[in-house]
Parts: sequence; structure tokens; C-alpha cells
Amino acid sequence: MTDRTGKQGSLAASVGLYDDDLVQMYRYVALARALDERMWILNRAGRIPFVISGQGHEGAQVGITWPLERHQDWIAPFYRSIATCLTFGMEARDILTAQYATALDPSSGGRQMPGHYGSHEHNIVSVSSPVATQLLHAVGIALAAKIRGTGQVALTTMGEGSSNQGDVHEGLNFAAIHKLPFVFVVENNGYAISVPAARQLAVADVADRAAGYGIPGVIVDGSDVLACYAASREAIERARSGDGPTLIEAKVTRLTAHSSDDQQTKYRSAEELAAERERDPLPLFRSQLEEAGVLTEEIATRLAAEIKLAVDDATDVAEAQVDPDPATAMRFVYAEDDGR
Amino acid sequence: MTARTFIDAIRETLAGEMRRDPSIIVLGEDVGKKGGVFLATDGLWAEFGDERVIDTPLTESMIVGASIGAAINGLRPVCEIQFADFIFPAFNQIVSEAARMRYRSNNGYSVPMVIRAPYGGGVHGALYHSQSVEAFFTHVPGLKVVVPSTPHDARGLLRSSIRDDDPVLFFEHKKMYRSVRGEVPDTDYTIPLGQAAVTHPGSQVTVIAYGLMAHYALEAADRVADEGISVEVVDVRTLRPLDRETVLESVRKTGKCLIVYEDNKFGGYGAEIAAIVAEEAFDYLDGPVTRIAGPEVPGVPYNHALEDWFMVSPDKIADGIRQLAAY
Ligand SMILES: Cc1ncc(C[n+]2csc(CCOP(=O)(O)OP(=O)(O)O)c2C)c(N)n1
Ligand SMILES: [Mg+2]
Repeated sequence: MTDRTGKQGSLAASVGLYDDDLVQMYRYVALARALDERMWILNRAGRIPFVISGQGHEGAQVGITWPLERHQDWIAPFYRSIATCLTFGMEARDILTAQYATALDPSSGGRQMPGHYGSHEHNIVSVSSPVATQLLHAVGIALAAKIRGTGQVALTTMGEGSSNQGDVHEGLNFAAIHKLPFVFVVENNGYAISVPAARQLAVADVADRAAGYGIPGVIVDGSDVLACYAASREAIERARSGDGPTLIEAKVTRLTAHSSDDQQTKYRSAEELAAERERDPLPLFRSQLEEAGVLTEEIATRLAAEIKLAVDDATDVAEAQVDPDPATAMRFVYAEDDGR
Repeated sequence: MTARTFIDAIRETLAGEMRRDPSIIVLGEDVGKKGGVFLATDGLWAEFGDERVIDTPLTESMIVGASIGAAINGLRPVCEIQFADFIFPAFNQIVSEAARMRYRSNNGYSVPMVIRAPYGGGVHGALYHSQSVEAFFTHVPGLKVVVPSTPHDARGLLRSSIRDDDPVLFFEHKKMYRSVRGEVPDTDYTIPLGQAAVTHPGSQVTVIAYGLMAHYALEAADRVADEGISVEVVDVRTLRPLDRETVLESVRKTGKCLIVYEDNKFGGYGAEIAAIVAEEAFDYLDGPVTRIAGPEVPGVPYNHALEDWFMVSPDKIADGIRQLAAY
């Protein structure tokens, strides 16, 4: 994704990347976090009515999205996929205009709840509310890629609770039969709203289920950005070379309540929440890059300023944008004259 | 012009469209080598091969959901649900996804796909091989719903459905597959979606129907003609969008409206037509808007005596016409 002639220290070399890649990856993790924190502030300030957060998932999302080709491959994401969407080309403004549901919000023009990102320009499928339906869309995209010979890979992401839906079974089976260029990512944060994973799955790992479809199931530490990158790159290469799908289970942590309408202290202990903080990918990735000498103080300071500027700008833009006009609400139920 | 059965018209149209547009694929259960349980896709696999004619596992939600994805990525899938009765596992993908994709993405994404499904009773199919499921889908903005009744219409409407840029449900009455024949021009004609047809002109009673019931309505019209009752039959052909104008024009002329559908009556598609007529043609009515439809049981029972009891027939329609004419 970046300049192939740049500096390559030992950490970057260990995963086949360049130092600048690592800095950019860090930037996306930090930007996603900063936008997310801003969303909660805006929510408490009464500016936006609802927040669904990606905090704790950002490292896995950036690492996993990184090896995909922008404007070529496809992602069918879910409501926590802020860092995924940023890494795949959406801008800070696009994330915040979605929170305000403005007329110019590129995800849906204010039609969908916040968190339902999408971008035709960036091959990001519009997020739906019924969980797991997007897996079949990604499988269909992969089917079309194979039939059309485009060389594209389609990747979908969802939580472990959602992975129990019937659509997941139907889609994985089909993708495996036809060795489709498809990657299934489960961001396992241990909870589906209030219900712990042990009450969602009879097996410890979603990845165990891959065997039932005859595909590899890989478990990766979701707070380790570069491990996520390596697992994803391998799965994507496998998919692209015609060897079929892979299931990647990234063990992540959910640092916030399920959403702004949820009170997680009702079902998670203070000790648990404190322990989970240790698995926050942002400080872990920062220390890793600092220790490797990739993220210098100078770069870190510059990035922090850039990110603050981007988040402030996105907030200002979203605040200033107008609501959609109800006179437009009947549009695009069906194709209009130009056929699209 | 050549005479064709209803199913021949569908099969040939699928083949013709696949030749015309390489982005069309066909997928469903047994649609490949076997050519479908009714043979609606017979010959397609031999001509177009594994890549474009795909035998799927028994997974209706996947058939529709993957078709949505394939449509998003440049193909025009025509998927088959083996029997309309088995479309419900795919209900969420059709209603929550296919129907809403364009609207929810503010025109970012569209889903050009067709879902074909054989429907209807009178074939000893019992509860789960006889249902009329159209009302579940005609309710949904974002979907189009087509129910042809002749080989001619099947060809013209299937072409339009495949070439349409939105998801279309295309319901084919299975009893008509081989029992209905008709002339089909060899030209590349289309019939626009949303255009009803007056299939029998008349002046005293309007009968509105679709699918197999459009044939039964014609039979009933012939029977009562001997008794001096002049019936106009309107075959709506496309249920969503509905050609309101043709329906209302006919009712405004005759002043009497009988709606016929095979589904059970309560909350069925005909209720919507009745409401539209009541709202928009009230001043022209010389009698109550009436309906002949199936009884309130949860499915078509199997035994022939029970099935006959369930099915709307030309006799039942003729009785309904007589009563309304005498009003
Ligand atoms: C089909 C469906 N059922 C229920 C819901 C309500 N719901 C939204 S998110 C959620 C929990 C999902 O948990 P998981 O898949 O683990 O993802 P996480 O939110 O933990 O990231 C539920 C029950 C829904 N959106 N869709
Ligand atoms: Mg979860």
C-alpha cells in the first residue's frame, strides 16, 4: 500500500512490510479510536442520539484489512467496522456524517442508523441491521469475481454471536464447495450484547467450526495488529490463488458497552473490565512500534496533531451539514431514469 | 409465431437472454444437469456450463443472498426457488436485503436479479407444494412482483424482469407449465412491468385476476355470457407495480368489481385491489367490491375432495359474477 523503496526495520521485515506501512497502520488504529471517542462525547452532549463503537476491535480491523487491494477487493462489514472502513478508503468525515445522518452522508444519505457504513466508491457493501446477512453478499461477490475472472477477493466481518446465524452455515458451505475467493472474519469480543460467548457457542473457538466446512480456521490475537495482518494476508493469498475460503477468528475485546443504549456494568464485573483494558490494541501497538524505533516521538506528535485536526474537521463538517429533505425520501426505492 | 407451452416459453426465454447477456447466471436446486424439477432450465447447463448454471446446495437463503452479492459485483442472477412454498428461509434476504439495498445505500448499490418460483395449487401438491405466496412480497417497496398467465406474457415479462435493475419475483403457476399453450412471437419483444391487460372486453362486471385465475376468469366469463352477462376480464400480470389505471378504467366503465385470487382471502393481494377500487372508484360503483378467493385454512389440503374444496374454480367465479351482476 505504500512506497516500496522506504525504510524497512526488522519488525517491518518480519511481516514483509515497510516502516511506513506500520506508521500508517498505527495512524488508522489511532484515528478510528479518536473518532470513536468523539462519537461518545457528541452523544453525551446530546448532538447524536446513538453510538455503536469499535473500541477494542481497531487493531484487528486494520491488520486484517491492510492486505486487501483498495478499489479492487470487496468488504461486507458490520456496525463496529469503523477502522475497517477507514483503512479501506472512507474518510473521517464519512464516519462522522454517518453519525449525524446528514443529507450528504455517503453511507446512506441519512437513511440508516449510525454504524451502518457503506461506500460504492470503495467497494464497501452497505451494512444492514439483521446480523450476518452480509456474509452471503460477500460470498456472492466472490462468486461473481470467480465467474468474471476479476481476481477480486471478498471479505466479510461480524461478531461471534452473529456467527451462529443460519446464513453463515449456508454461505460457508457454498463458498467452500466452490473454493470461492472469500475470507470470513469473526471479531470475537466475548459478548453478544450481554450474553457471554459460552452461552453463544458450545465450542471455545468459532474457528473450530471451519473444519466442518473443510476450510482452514485460524485463531489470532486481535490485539496484535501484525499477527492479524499476517493471518489475513495468508488467507487473502489463498483466496486469490483459487484455494478457497479461510475463517479467521480474531480474539478482541469490547472496551465500551454494546452501544450507547447499553449499561455493561450490569453484566460485566469491574475486575473483568479492568483486565480487558490490558488487551487494548492501541497502546500495545504503540509500544511495539516505539520499541522497534518505528514510531519516533516526532512522528507520534505529528500523527496526534493530524488526527486531532481530522476529527475536529469531521465534526465541524458533520455539524454543518443539513438534514435530508423529506421531499427526497421517496427516491431510490427503484432505479430512476438513468438505470442506476 | 409458434405455439408454445408456458414452460417452453420460460425455458427458451432464459436461454435466449443468457445468449444475449453473458452476465446472466442461473442458480438453484437441481437446475443444472436435471434441468430443474419441472424442467424450466432444461438444456441450459449443456449450453452454458457449470459457471453459468449452478446447482446449489439446499440453501434458499444462500441462493438469494449470494445472488444479491453477485448482482452487486456485476452479474444478473436469475435464481430459482424450487417451489414457492420453500421461499421462506430466504424471506429475510429478499425483504431485508434485496428490497432495501438501493434505498438504504441512497442509490449506491442496486440489486438486478430475478427470483423465479413455481407456485399454486390444483396439482395434488398439498400444503407445501401448492401455496400462493405473492402477498408476502407485494407488500414490500423495493420489490417487483410478476405473475404471468400466458406463454406470450411469460416471455415478454421474463425478458423485462431480467433486464430490470431491481429485484423481481417471478411466480409461475405450476399447473400452467404444460396445460397452457399459446402463440409466442419469435421477435425480441418485451412487456413492460406494471402493465395490465384486458383479456376479455365486457360492459357489466369487471373481473380482476392473475396467474391461473386469469384463465379461470375467462372460462367463467364465457359461461355467464350465455346468460347475457357481459364480463370484462383484467389480467394484472404485474402485481407490484400495479397498473391502477387499467383496473380503475375498467371498474369505472362497468361499475362492478370482482377480484379473484387463489391465496386465502384474508389479507391477500386482492384486498389491496379492493381497497384501491374503493378509494378511487367509489363514485362509479353499482355494487360492493367483492372477492372470490381461497378459504381460511393454512394450506391446500391433499385429498382430491379437499383440494377441490379449496381451489377457486371457474364455477365458483361464475357464481360470484352472477351474484354481483344481479346486485
Ligand atoms: C438477526 C438479528 N437479531 C438480533 C439483533 C440485535 N443485535 C444487534 S447486535 C447483537 C449482538 C451481536 O453480537 P456479536 O455478533 O457478538 O457482535 P458484537 O456486537 O459483540 O461485536 C444483537 C443481539 C440483530 N441486529 N439482528
Ligand atoms: Mg461479540
